[in-house]
Amino acid sequence: MKKTAFLGTLAVAGLAASIASAQSTLEQVQDAGVLRCGSNEGLAGFAAPDANGVWSGFDVSLCRAIATAVLGDPQAVEFVPLTSQTRFTALAAGEVDVLVRNSTWTFSRDTDLGLDFKGVNYYDGQGFMVNSDLGVASATELDGATVCIQTGTSTELNLADFFRVNNMSYEPVPVATNAEGQQQYLAGACDVYTTDVSGLAATRATFENQADHVILPEIVSKEPLGPVVRHGDNLWGDIVYWTLHGLIAAEEYGVTSANVMELASAPTANPEINRMLGTEGELGAMISLSNDWLVNVIAAVGNYGEIFEQNIGENTPVGLARGLNAQWTDGGLLYAPPFR
Amino acid sequence: MSEAHAHSVAYVRDTMLPQAAPPPGETGPLRWMRENLFSSIPNAALTLLSIYFIYTILAAILPWMLGGIWDAGSLTECRAIRDERGLETAACWAVINERWLQLLFGFYPIDSPLLARLFYADELAAAGGMEAVFGAGSNATARIEFVAQMRADLGNLVVFFFGYWRPLLALALLVVAVAPVLYSSLPRKMLVFSLAYPFVAVFLLWGGTIWGPMLVALGILLSLGVLRVVAGETNALLGMLAGILVALMIFLNPLAFTDLGLFPLLPHVKAMLDSALPLGLPAIDSADFGGFMLAIIIGTSGIVLSLPLGILLALGRQSSMPLIKWVCVSFIEVIRGVPLIVWLFTASLLLNYFLPPGTDFDLLLRVIIMVTLFASAYIAEVVRGGLAALPKGQYEAADSLGLDYWKSMRLIVLPQALKISIPGIVNTFIGLFKDTTLVVFIGLRDPLGLVNAIRATGEWNGIYWELYVFVGLMFFIFCFFMSRYSMYLERKLATDRR
Amino acid sequence: MADITEPPRESFRLSQLLYDARYRSLTIQVVAAILIMLLLVELVDNTVTNLAALGKDIGFGFLWTTAGYDINQQIIPFSSQDTHARAALVGMLNTLLVAFLGCILATVIGVFAGVLRLSKNWLVARIMTVYVEAMRNTPLLIWIYIVYAVMTEATPQPRDFREGGSASMYLWDSVAITNRGVYIPEPLWGAGSGVVVAVFLLSLLGIFALRRYARRLQEKTGQQLPVLWISLGLFFVPAILAHFVMGRPITLEYPELGGFNFDGGIQVRNSFIALWLALSLYTSAFIAEIVRAGILAVSKGQTEAAFALGIQPNRTMQLIILPQALRVIVPPLISQYLNLTKNSSLAIAVGYMDVRSTLGGITINQTGRELEGMLLLGLFYLVTSLVISALMNVYNSSVKLKER
Repeated sequence: MKKTAFLGTLAVAGLAASIASAQSTLEQVQDAGVLRCGSNEGLAGFAAPDANGVWSGFDVSLCRAIATAVLGDPQAVEFVPLTSQTRFTALAAGEVDVLVRNSTWTFSRDTDLGLDFKGVNYYDGQGFMVNSDLGVASATELDGATVCIQTGTSTELNLADFFRVNNMSYEPVPVATNAEGQQQYLAGACDVYTTDVSGLAATRATFENQADHVILPEIVSKEPLGPVVRHGDNLWGDIVYWTLHGLIAAEEYGVTSANVMELASAPTANPEINRMLGTEGELGAMISLSNDWLVNVIAAVGNYGEIFEQNIGENTPVGLARGLNAQWTDGGLLYAPPFR
Repeated sequence: MSEAHAHSVAYVRDTMLPQAAPPPGETGPLRWMRENLFSSIPNAALTLLSIYFIYTILAAILPWMLGGIWDAGSLTECRAIRDERGLETAACWAVINERWLQLLFGFYPIDSPLLARLFYADELAAAGGMEAVFGAGSNATARIEFVAQMRADLGNLVVFFFGYWRPLLALALLVVAVAPVLYSSLPRKMLVFSLAYPFVAVFLLWGGTIWGPMLVALGILLSLGVLRVVAGETNALLGMLAGILVALMIFLNPLAFTDLGLFPLLPHVKAMLDSALPLGLPAIDSADFGGFMLAIIIGTSGIVLSLPLGILLALGRQSSMPLIKWVCVSFIEVIRGVPLIVWLFTASLLLNYFLPPGTDFDLLLRVIIMVTLFASAYIAEVVRGGLAALPKGQYEAADSLGLDYWKSMRLIVLPQALKISIPGIVNTFIGLFKDTTLVVFIGLRDPLGLVNAIRATGEWNGIYWELYVFVGLMFFIFCFFMSRYSMYLERKLATDRR
Repeated sequence: MADITEPPRESFRLSQLLYDARYRSLTIQVVAAILIMLLLVELVDNTVTNLAALGKDIGFGFLWTTAGYDINQQIIPFSSQDTHARAALVGMLNTLLVAFLGCILATVIGVFAGVLRLSKNWLVARIMTVYVEAMRNTPLLIWIYIVYAVMTEATPQPRDFREGGSASMYLWDSVAITNRGVYIPEPLWGAGSGVVVAVFLLSLLGIFALRRYARRLQEKTGQQLPVLWISLGLFFVPAILAHFVMGRPITLEYPELGGFNFDGGIQVRNSFIALWLALSLYTSAFIAEIVRAGILAVSKGQTEAAFALGIQPNRTMQLIILPQALRVIVPPLISQYLNLTKNSSLAIAVGYMDVRSTLGGITINQTGRELEGMLLLGLFYLVTSLVISALMNVYNSSVKLKER
């Protein structure tokens, strides 16, 4: 008898949860009025909550940009915390609409796991941080070192490869989270901390004596980090792709949150800007969005450069230089396809 | 006799001596110390060793704890204040001061309209009134800034009592609902509220329309009613079948392949009522739940939902039917043989695979389902103990009265067996409550998950002990009193049976 | 009296399936069997459909592909070029190791704390009460974090052992306690060391035989042999003699400070020690309560009767109290051992590479085989639990009260 009650609650809960496999992701998001964004549980500069529970960070801003594009509201995002172990399954199972969680674009993830990477919002690479007391100047001098490494990430495999190729031995100390790794490293339980260089810089930014720690020059892997969507829903993939590249293009053409309203009020001399901001052509309609979608996005979160400077740029505690993530015109890798 | 003595001895005392004080070594603290601390040389050595041990620990912890800094905006500020005061070590309690609401409730949204109306009316009017700030078309960014300012101005205590009234009320009602189960002296009629409580709690915590939980309750009542009527008219088995059929029609679609669109009935009625009379609270998504609230929700719902299942499993394990017995035993052993963390990963990674395509429970619900199954195996063992402790005469008496199996269980055996099992159930609850910390590994924001999130913010990166000490202490207080209570119950029940 | 008529043979009616107690249980079981089958079919069908929708299949071929990651603590050799199956095996051995050692340490601490809680010394009893309550009422995970943090923060780094550093090694420079682990000397087995080991094993056998003989002798004649002293002698003397006779084949390799770490010797990793200690401390609190309850359960009259018979206090404990207390202690102790084994899956918190971290963690993550991985993982824990409870049940039935 009680069992029927139990089953009943289950069933109702099941009904209350969306049964929406037939809907496209865009329709689902618009119906729900909120974008479910798979995010990090917490990584300085990329995703962290303040005392009021409002999330901010580099990855968070991309989620907010997509939410603005689709729903017109940068706050209409629900951040679903995912661990490095659960993130892809959660995306594949439809628990989140888009995953923006420092995920490296690799062949097998893109193909075998049934996911699609939609561009790169941060070009990263795996590096090493050591205490400057050790007098190590290059990663090839690390033979026999103890290395702290986050488990469940692609860095684990890169590390094994790097030491094997260079015929060196090492002792891995697996840690579960970045915070844990930071604590182990500071206490000297490992000589080296390895993760993406952006993560190393973010971690070092919080140390009491930052000057005592050096990030070694070797970058042992390519880590293109980008937003991920499920394979198969091409419209949704396009929206994510072009929102990200809209932010990048906006920086290239000098559209900022300060001047976007002015530029969008009347056609400018630059036809590319006009097409982006919807004063010319019908680009927005081609991805089922309003014509001024990018205007709202840039007004709400700023362009790529602004997001970068606000969250992880050189004036923030994380203090990352643009490096590879500069515009192609400045010698970086950011290269948005034309809006045409 | 005394006469004879009076003549034969020179002096006989005929009054009592006044009671003399015992020798100084035999009274008060001195005697107590000699008996309890220094009764022998090894004992004295042990005492001195213990004193030294306590001293070392306190000397290491107390200065850090008591010299703590309560008022700072970030860890860097804390360190500056510490150096300014010239302290060697100092805890940075400021992080607790700033984030304790988050540790208790996670990102559960506060009822800001209520707060604004009650305490912030002037500023609300200045910002353009209720509709302009909280209305449907209002600017979200402006609203968030307004709320942040309001929270800063009102302070955490006001926000705690009035912003989080929904979870607090749910918790208070939980105490009311549990009371008649634990205290048999309370009126039995209160049990009706205990049965209704799950629906009240779901409504309070998740919000949304009131009709959802209400209709589920009504549907269950209806199914049970049909069961009783049919069972009374014909027999128990047919009654059960009829009840299940009605429940299927209300909650699930028994004719999935026909695609009539009529069944299940519940969503239709709900939509009708909702459009006719929209009543409810703002809906809150499970992803916002967190902190100790999450631990309590998972622990409590795990135990409450697992009770019926656990009782059935315990009965099944005692069944004379080999198939039933075998199924129950293997279920219990499989669940108990595998660690909870593996089950939680199953809930997080696999449960959606097992359910019909298209169903999509959110993670919290999946965890609750898994924890319920997990706890039911443990509850089954506790109840089995209760059943075994019952004298055989009780079973035989029930049989000799001609009661059928379910009646004898319901009226004679279970009431007694469950009463004996209550301490065990409370202990299972404590264990489960502690184990809810494991959900951090699948990304739910339990207290430890929030600790990770807080440590990732720029201000508090690098902080460690303060947060863990706080979380540990909260768990300790809760579990300690629960376990004391269960011991008290055990003693009480032990005298009852004598 | 042969005219007793046979009761009329009832023809079987369908309604008997519902109303006749003889057949009803059969009906119920058949219905239940059908329902369970349907449920299983539904589950498997759902799983296959869902997996197909994601473009996945079910297969265990991934186990034989290259793992690609390294494991720090290996009981059997492992490199990143070995297979996932071998990685899983390494993880399993690590789980079993920490569970086995954890059970031993937890029992030792638990018995100690349980007996001290009953101590006449007020202060000691109080300290033990605080210890037990603090352990029992705080989640294990928090203890693991705390122990790990204490281990990392309170012990020196290898760097501090250099000339002029603040730390030094213990026991004539043979043991180094660092925040990466404890380094102890490693015995090197030279030629001829087999003889020493054989002699040692033989002397163990000798001790065993001696004890049997002593017991027989006492039962027959009442004469007691100084078993302890003879045993100690047998334990050390022949092996040491053999060692010197063979020309000292067993040597010790001491840990020495190398480039980054200590080289040589055996490194007992911090993650292992932290997990081991935390599991043992946590479980020992529960064991302490069990031991206390067990001792209290033996009635005081038993002790008094033993004293009245003139049995010495230590032999009273050994012969009278413990055998009776054990009957109460062993069953709950088994479930504590099982709990400890299952709780060892929290190794993830300290980065100890147990089976959940290798097979259930990195392997699943790299290959995307959640279903198969979790299945194998669950199976491993289930088999382990069943084996432990089977072994302990055998022991339990041997100490059980023999009812005649």
